[in-house]
Amino acid sequence: MDLFEYQARDLFAKHDVPVLAGEVIDTPEAAREITERLGGKSVVKAQVKVGGRGKAGGVKLAASADEAVARATDILGMDIKGHTVHKVMIAETAPEILEEYYVSFLLDRANRTFLSIASVEGGMEIEEVAATRPEAVAQTPINPIDGVDEAKAREIVAAAKFPAEVADKVANVLVKLWDTFIKSDALLVEVNPLAKVASGEVIALDGKVSLDENAEFRHPEYEELHDKDAANPLEAAAKAKGLNYVKLDGEVGIIGNGAGLVMSTLDVVAYAGENHGGVKPANFLDIGGGASAQVMANGLEIILGDPDVKSVFVNVFGGITACDEVANGIVQALKLLEDRGEKVEKPLVVRLDGNNAELGRKILTDANHPLVQRVDTMDGAADKAAELAAAK
Amino acid sequence: MAIWLNKDSKVIVQGMTGATGMKHTKLMLGDGTHVVGGVNPRKAGQTVDFDGTEVPVFGTVAEAIEKTGANVSVIFVPEKFTKDAVDEAIDAEIPLAVVITEGIAVHDTAAFWAYAGKKGNKTRIIGPNCPGIITPGQSNVGIIPGDITKPGRIGLVSKSGTLTYQMMYELRDIGFSTAVGIGGDPIIGTTHIDALAAFQDDPDTDLIVMIGEIGGDAEERAAAFIKENVTKPVVGYVAGFTAPEGKTMGHAGAIVSGSSGTAQAKKEALEAAGVKVGKTPTETAKLAREILSA
Repeated sequence: MDLFEYQARDLFAKHDVPVLAGEVIDTPEAAREITERLGGKSVVKAQVKVGGRGKAGGVKLAASADEAVARATDILGMDIKGHTVHKVMIAETAPEILEEYYVSFLLDRANRTFLSIASVEGGMEIEEVAATRPEAVAQTPINPIDGVDEAKAREIVAAAKFPAEVADKVANVLVKLWDTFIKSDALLVEVNPLAKVASGEVIALDGKVSLDENAEFRHPEYEELHDKDAANPLEAAAKAKGLNYVKLDGEVGIIGNGAGLVMSTLDVVAYAGENHGGVKPANFLDIGGGASAQVMANGLEIILGDPDVKSVFVNVFGGITACDEVANGIVQALKLLEDRGEKVEKPLVVRLDGNNAELGRKILTDANHPLVQRVDTMDGAADKAAELAAAK
Repeated sequence: MAIWLNKDSKVIVQGMTGATGMKHTKLMLGDGTHVVGGVNPRKAGQTVDFDGTEVPVFGTVAEAIEKTGANVSVIFVPEKFTKDAVDEAIDAEIPLAVVITEGIAVHDTAAFWAYAGKKGNKTRIIGPNCPGIITPGQSNVGIIPGDITKPGRIGLVSKSGTLTYQMMYELRDIGFSTAVGIGGDPIIGTTHIDALAAFQDDPDTDLIVMIGEIGGDAEERAAAFIKENVTKPVVGYVAGFTAPEGKTMGHAGAIVSGSSGTAQAKKEALEAAGVKVGKTPTETAKLAREILSA
């Protein structure tokens, strides 16, 4: 889960990483009172989870409270690279900036550990610095057990060749930033730029934070960090039902068991679609191991409620779960939806393989539901589902 | 022979007395696995009856090893307690720990992986968030259905559980030496490379099937390893060509970030290393079949 800048700012502040004052608002008029409190001037910053907002006009200085309201009016509702601005942060204006640095901690998948990245050339994308001036980027592995103490922080400072006059201050920021990383179960904490200002202080002017949703069990505070505005309504509805669902932009609704098999199903449908007018998968939906009738009904309800869906492909390989249970689930799910008065009009292609497949197939045949077709191979079923979607 | 697991493996179950542990211990015993004990400090000294097989419960992994000679532990404990369970297995120096639990915080996995290193890597860790490992006809540790396939000469390593089953099913007439599900989390213990190296050295394996998915660069590194070190034929499959950027597709590690971690890049890297990559699981199985019958 990626955070907005204002959420990252609040998290940094909570862990004593030096930041400027700032508050988030979603109506322009609210900018007035905050700007007055900040001494009559402020920076109005669009809150979007995409880079390059400054160039897009999403960050503006305001020299008065009136101007802050005007700038907030301009920016709220603006589209930045496909992201609508729903919130702006009204921030304290930065003192004179002398230098801009970069510091981050992140998960290093390849080396199965954590990594610190630091550079005295901040203010731009670190990937860009790494590509053009790799010698300016210091990467330091961090052992998850040992973490970052003052000595480790000084090692990072030395590796990145921070100027002597800011070494103590940057080391201090690094220790605090590590604290943020560990205590929040973050996958990434990035400060860019970390600015040296005229007073000699270093301040985190902008930041990115990504949190590990698997750690939510020990972070009840994650709940309110979720971006409710951005969630697609179908994704939000699926999440509320505890389903693992991602909306895509095609026409063939997909239900399957197991993340790998469902990902594979999307691909196979996309290939099949090449022969049927270019139809594509409409979603990812993994109903997981024990697919009860209720879970199947919940899944079908989400998929059938997607106006883009023209046909549905249910692809199940019975591992521990038996296919007869899955078949019963499908039959009961359709009945459940029809009993609820919901019209099911989209064709379903069902492929069952594995544990008790014969039994499962027989249940579908016996149920003889007019919308359900059985195809017994994955590739064949994908082709049929694509054909049906293209015919609609 | 097979790799890492055979008929002589003695298996203990951490979390055996929980609902998932009970269900799968019963299934593992049914597949002929020598389950010699469970671990639960609150139920130490008791025994659990699985259709007539009495399995003792020990207080610690160390005690279970001492009393039974166990050399494999399979971990079913809930995600909140998994790190402690794996640390305990590492402390007891059990040679193989298979972590089935899904939804572990990646900081916990990073911590137990670092701990294993600190203790000299005496424990091979498979998982987390994996279906386990099966040597058909000999032993089955985890949640892979034991009756999909028979013993044979294909080695399989996969990030995905259901794709493992699908592939075992497609090639069930040929059979498998060992199938290993390594899991789809951002940090895992045993990697594709570890399994490729073991299958390369296993005289009972003639061909290796490797299944990957989007996210990270494990497949690219495996490709580089294959090019240098693997002489047996390798057939590959990668899932997630249609996955959008920035979205997690079910598995915590399955995410395309910017232009990295794409299925296309993985496929190209594997093909450049001489691996035949199938477009679909069925086509992948066909490629394996063709090589073996050539």
